[in-house]
Amino acid sequence: MQNTKENIFGDSKVKLIDARGPRFSAGITTIVLATALVTHSAILISIQLAIFAIGAILSPAKTPYAFVFKKFVKPRLTGDVPTEDIRPPQFAQSVGLIFAVAALLGSFFGISALFTVAVGFALAAAFLNAAFNFCLGCELYLLIARATKR
Amino acid sequence: MKSLLPLALVLGLAMIYGIWYQKSRGRIKSKSPAATATPTVTPAEIGSDFGSRVTLLQFSSAFCSPCRATKALLADITADLSDVHHVNIDAESNLELVRRLDIRSTPTTLILNGNGVEVGRAVGAPKRDQVIAALAGVASIK
Repeated sequence: MQNTKENIFGDSKVKLIDARGPRFSAGITTIVLATALVTHSAILISIQLAIFAIGAILSPAKTPYAFVFKKFVKPRLTGDVPTEDIRPPQFAQSVGLIFAVAALLGSFFGISALFTVAVGFALAAAFLNAAFNFCLGCELYLLIARATKR
Repeated sequence: MKSLLPLALVLGLAMIYGIWYQKSRGRIKSKSPAATATPTVTPAEIGSDFGSRVTLLQFSSAFCSPCRATKALLADITADLSDVHHVNIDAESNLELVRRLDIRSTPTTLILNGNGVEVGRAVGAPKRDQVIAALAGVASIK
């Protein structure tokens, strides 16, 4: 569920989402990417690319995986809803999108190694998020800001 | 069906990294600075005087929920300690400090002694007993 709320740091209103949603999506993504890695399927990576694009450009809460979570998984979950700011998951989707684009280019131009490496990295990130709640986007965010901002 | 080797490699390495990552988050790494070491930040830069014995200098990001948890934990622990200050600063608006102190992710909490010299740091959210043990280990400056 999305609601707006002032965060504890007193910033302007930020969007909070159910933190379990992105993790569920990462689980599905792990399965899709693992399959793509083994089969070298351009169709499968294209589908995942489209999903990353929706998550990155629109919102991680608007992807088909998020829909499945809201409709079928969330109603079965108990306990308090852990919330998180929408920005790190959204940033993580952009990172996934970049990897998926590289993979698709590798597939299109017949550069099998590019496909394997790009899918491999995206898979590692999705797996780490699903299994260990590791957020690659969060870890990269500050490093990128350090390197690029004035 | 092509080879399963890349899949096995990726998942295997990711698993090893994931386990290491989980274990290392929040763990407090100590440093023993030289007796002549000088502080790498000034009170003016962090917006607060140093604590008389310890300063817990926490770097946070606006969207980071482990940062909120760490902030709450450290504020709670230091509430009754008059010789320990807890300072929480936003990493993105203090990139000069972030670069100088080599902060790579948030939360990162630096433990400074009474002179403002770094004697330890925790990357990730530390647990209560880790913080208390670390605080107890910082000697007063005579």
